[in-house]
Amino acid sequence: MADEVLVQHHTLEYPGGYTRTVGPVIGRYLTGLRDGRLVAVRLADGRVMIPPAEYDPVTGDDAGESDDDFVEVGPAGVVTSWTWISEPREKHPLDHPFAFALVRPDGADTAIVHVVDSGTEHAMHTGMRVVPRWRDERVGSTLDIEAWVPEATGGASAASPASSTEPVTTMSSPVKLEYDIGAGLAATRFLLGLAQRRILGQRTGPGGEVYVPPRGSDPKTGTPTVDEVEVGPRGVVTTFCVVNLPFSPLAPEVPYVCAQILLDGADIALFGLVADMPAADVRQGLRVEAVWADEVGPTLESIKWYRPTGEPDAAYDSYKEYL
Amino acid sequence: MAPTREVAVVSYASWSSPAELQRNEVEMLMPVVAEAVADSGLPREEIGFTVSGSCDYLIGAPFSFVSALDAVGAWPPIRESHVEMDAAWALYEAWIQIQKGSVDSALVYGFGKASSGDPSEIFTLQLDPYTVGPLWPDTISVAALQARAWMDRTGGSEQDLVEVGARSLRNWAWANGVDLEPDAVDVLLAQPTIASPLRPGDIAPDTDGCAAIVLAADDLARELAARRDLRPAWITGIDHRIEPQALGLRDLSLSTSTTLAALTAGLADGPVDVAELHTQFSHEEHILREALGLEDGTNVNPSGGPLQANPPMTAGLMRIGEAAARVMDGEAGRAVAHATSGPCLQQNLVCVLEGEDA
Repeated sequence: MADEVLVQHHTLEYPGGYTRTVGPVIGRYLTGLRDGRLVAVRLADGRVMIPPAEYDPVTGDDAGESDDDFVEVGPAGVVTSWTWISEPREKHPLDHPFAFALVRPDGADTAIVHVVDSGTEHAMHTGMRVVPRWRDERVGSTLDIEAWVPEATGGASAASPASSTEPVTTMSSPVKLEYDIGAGLAATRFLLGLAQRRILGQRTGPGGEVYVPPRGSDPKTGTPTVDEVEVGPRGVVTTFCVVNLPFSPLAPEVPYVCAQILLDGADIALFGLVADMPAADVRQGLRVEAVWADEVGPTLESIKWYRPTGEPDAAYDSYKEYL
Repeated sequence: MAPTREVAVVSYASWSSPAELQRNEVEMLMPVVAEAVADSGLPREEIGFTVSGSCDYLIGAPFSFVSALDAVGAWPPIRESHVEMDAAWALYEAWIQIQKGSVDSALVYGFGKASSGDPSEIFTLQLDPYTVGPLWPDTISVAALQARAWMDRTGGSEQDLVEVGARSLRNWAWANGVDLEPDAVDVLLAQPTIASPLRPGDIAPDTDGCAAIVLAADDLARELAARRDLRPAWITGIDHRIEPQALGLRDLSLSTSTTLAALTAGLADGPVDVAELHTQFSHEEHILREALGLEDGTNVNPSGGPLQANPPMTAGLMRIGEAAARVMDGEAGRAVAHATSGPCLQQNLVCVLEGEDA
């Protein structure tokens, strides 16, 4: 077994940001921020909730159904809890030490999560009074408040005029997460095999079913596949489809053929393209062989596609269990 | 729901490591599932229901839980389910299935690798995406808001926090036969805070791991345990409750949902010898002790708890497994396991386990 496993860097991202429709209640909150105001909702029992929601979180009753239910609070408020971040992360809204805090605006009964830019941890304490420092360019976002600052320092001024009078109806927020995904032991063997123009499957032992690509287990029994078996490079097309749009960067031309290929010696079909023949002539039972890319490496792209071998077609009974 | 059948934990297996850089999830899970199934004495094909807990965001790929079934042996097709939560909630689903009478046994497993990504950022995605998410408060920062709220209400100190971490380390060392420096509290307190008042010793480490439990009902549980000269760990009560998502809506210094779940689970009906609590941050132990009404005589997290090993989506199920193991080996007559989900103890599950038939 390989001592070093292959690792693939993987980014999960919505380029440009994930766009959400905000609805009428949160929309009012974000519109307020765009206008330099803090908008809360008054619940049936009189409590004033910020950020507002479409429902009372205790009773589940509707909230914010009428214009009269919305009230302006703050802008000054009190810190109800805080934590000092001496080394901000890249995603944090400030690039110098700051506090995350719960801030309860004057006139509200709940607190919002935000940041306090107090300069030092020493300046922070529960119960301190803070005021928002508005951005000049505001778009209808939590980030329209750049940070809260201690009221005593008088560091905040009134918000500049809003850039629009239209209600805020959508928002977009960047989401990006980075991963390093380990292939695991079995898939590493498979991928390293491809780099040597070999297709390696695994089975639990002699007589066991051969899985390719191997994932380390026989999925029927949940037992480890400790026995490596080379399969292919020839096999049979068990099923296929003709694709008339250029989805695959590997396809030589349109139309092209995607197929499930049962490699000789394997007990599960592997996905691949079929080429070097007219798409209309591809059929179930067709005997094919792997065509290796000029440059091979530990990637499935090492197999360019499969081409016909010229052998007689395989009998249906020989592959019907693998459809 | 009022239980009509007696359900017990009959086997438990787990594995964890600071980082599993060799095996993938299936390869990591296979031996643990195999061990739990073998220890149960129940042939795999006779287990009535299989259910797991995991989180696709941990590897940034959809349906990763489906591939994990390769570790179980799902042929011929089995009755199977999954929760995108800690596997303690998968166990709750299994318990419901057994109470319904449709099956007499269940395999429950959870798995997660923290090492593939950055869990403290990944779990930021469970916060409100409209008003909180854009600030990217990581899980440690959010927990620190709760730690401060607890200190402000109770007058608790940073030393009170660090002592939880130090005791967790001592318990872990004892449970694993490791010698430890005597001045652990001082060492931990000397560390700079990451998100004040929390220091590294207050924060559960990133961990890769998995766990599996087999449940059985009534006479089947008695028979399986008797074969191994163990007693079943009977689940005499289990419940879970949730609080609002917005952090500014609740008193973070308390855990009302834990108190309610404990009430329904009948925790106060008897003494508690052992408590295994899903404490991912040191202050959570203080909050949970109060919420559960634990007395000084209760041995809290004798395994060391999540502050020593915290595989995501698994550490909650491990609490049930560890508590059950203490009951099965006779060390505890009555134990409680707690699991949590969401930011700042948002959702809490309480499971009471007893050695004698209910």
